[in-house]
Amino acid sequence: MRAKEKLIEGILFLCALITIFTTIGIIWVLVSESFLFFREVSIIDFFTDSQWTPLFAQKHFGIMPLLSGTLLTTFVAILVALPLGLTIAVYLNEYAPGKFRKTVKPLLEILAAVPTVVYGFFALIVVTPFLQSFIPGLSGFNALSAGIVMGIMIIPFISSLSEDALYAVPKSLREAAYGMGSTRLQTSFKVLIPAASSGIVSSVILALSRAIGETMIVSIAAGQQPRLTLNPLVPIETVTAYIVQVSLGDVPHGSLEYRTIFAAGITLFVFTLILNNISFYVNRKYRQRYE
Amino acid sequence: MKLKLNTYFFLLTAMLFMAACGGNTSTDRNEGSMEGDIRIDGSSTVYPVTEAVAEEFRAVQRKVKVTIGVSGTGGGFKKFSRGETDISDASRPIKESEAAACKENNIEYLELAVAYDGLAVVINPGNDWVDQFTLEELKKLWEPAAQGNILRWSQIRDGWPDEEIHLFGPGIASGTYDYFTEAIVGKSGESRGDYTASEDDNVLVQGIAGDKFGLGFFGLAYYEENKDRLRLVPVDNGQAVVSPSLETVKDGSYSPLSRPLFIYVNNTGAARPEVKAFIDFYLDNAGALAAEVGYIPLPQEEYQKQRDKFTTFIQEKQAVQ
Repeated sequence: MRAKEKLIEGILFLCALITIFTTIGIIWVLVSESFLFFREVSIIDFFTDSQWTPLFAQKHFGIMPLLSGTLLTTFVAILVALPLGLTIAVYLNEYAPGKFRKTVKPLLEILAAVPTVVYGFFALIVVTPFLQSFIPGLSGFNALSAGIVMGIMIIPFISSLSEDALYAVPKSLREAAYGMGSTRLQTSFKVLIPAASSGIVSSVILALSRAIGETMIVSIAAGQQPRLTLNPLVPIETVTAYIVQVSLGDVPHGSLEYRTIFAAGITLFVFTLILNNISFYVNRKYRQRYE
Repeated sequence: MKLKLNTYFFLLTAMLFMAACGGNTSTDRNEGSMEGDIRIDGSSTVYPVTEAVAEEFRAVQRKVKVTIGVSGTGGGFKKFSRGETDISDASRPIKESEAAACKENNIEYLELAVAYDGLAVVINPGNDWVDQFTLEELKKLWEPAAQGNILRWSQIRDGWPDEEIHLFGPGIASGTYDYFTEAIVGKSGESRGDYTASEDDNVLVQGIAGDKFGLGFFGLAYYEENKDRLRLVPVDNGQAVVSPSLETVKDGSYSPLSRPLFIYVNNTGAARPEVKAFIDFYLDNAGALAAEVGYIPLPQEEYQKQRDKFTTFIQEKQAVQ
């Protein structure tokens, strides 16, 4: 009996170990390959050069055009997802009848389950032509349409998690607000949202890191031209789209060109790691305050 | 993104087809006598021809499975040199480095010309200022020195609008890219890098069709397929202003932007009856099918020459064994 217990414990431990080793493996590959990359390309050039053309005759290794592409699409996505997601969360929490809330919330979460390749083609074939009908000069590939669709995709991250956060606000606060004669709207926006703010912030950060890492939508709809710009109407390329382009292409393994994807990858990794840590920190602070 | 939509359809139909044939064990239908897999990869420019041939071939030899990838000429040769494919589609002759890689892996091969292609320089139909390009203007626009410098239409010719130019072209793995850079810039593989680069011609079509300030280049066949969404630009090559068409590519007047297309077959593949049958079938039908998908057929005697080359290649290889 005891031996069996030990065996089960061992198996469980092994499962945990596999995930840890996978993470360590990924970090190891990223760090070692980018180390080789940065031996040939100065890290100062990497962050200050305004052009990214490692595959062409005139090689430039400035990550900024790719980062600006990623940040631009992410920014558009958050601009769409935050107001919509938060409104949905408030509605579900404060206005919707309990039964309705129980059906709609999982339905909303389906948005996050749609394959991203479908979103990508939706952006390219439906959203872009629609936007072009009233934005003259909008390119066939652009950050705007990809960003909007990405925003729709991450709505459930914000609405669901924010709703959980609103739901977790102690009843006493809500009742006190009503007791003071506040309307529902006042209660929601002046009392509940501030009280749940740390939960909401961490939901937004989670959605952000999801948007930063998103690959398929931007590869399909945002273009493949690294460009240092804040104009959402022209083709750009994100860090993730670049990694896809090189991984699928013709670049010989082990070459400097090939290592650029690891340098780009580690930049992305550092970004999302920082965001996840902020989210974790905010979340912990939140628990201390209300429990 | 690499696989095109038609590839998916092609695979889908192939699967449906096989499923339909699966239960049928009767011999009353002619299913062909051969079996096996033929693996093909390479240029997206040659792909439409090979695909059309494979489709016809499938009607004759139903049990032979033909799979065609589109990794670009360079990507295709890479697999070819590792022995992963039997046939490689190529929109330029094999490079020395690629030939060396084949030799290293003991892969002998034969080059067969199958059709001609012209490179089309295209713009958006909404563009009303471009009438033609000179070779100098194309060079100024695409040479490495243009990177980060030539960014607006007005910089190419006085009087053109002061608007940002959005460039689309095949990526570095594409034979079309090698060919264009060689013909326009003067050195194969050298160009500016700040343009939308994709091995998938449909991405380029989509990009230019949706962008008034777009400009790009790719094989003439893809223009033919998307005539209504794009506008072809005639090129002034110093002697005449020529618009690419079946006639101008065939008679060589659309110079320097026309070229032959090839398939490469390796010795182990050619020794297999189904691959040999496929190549024979290819050379017999390439003329008609090439024209059907928008390319220019070689003269009949040229196809005969290719057939002879292939027969000799097989005999030599058999003699060695």
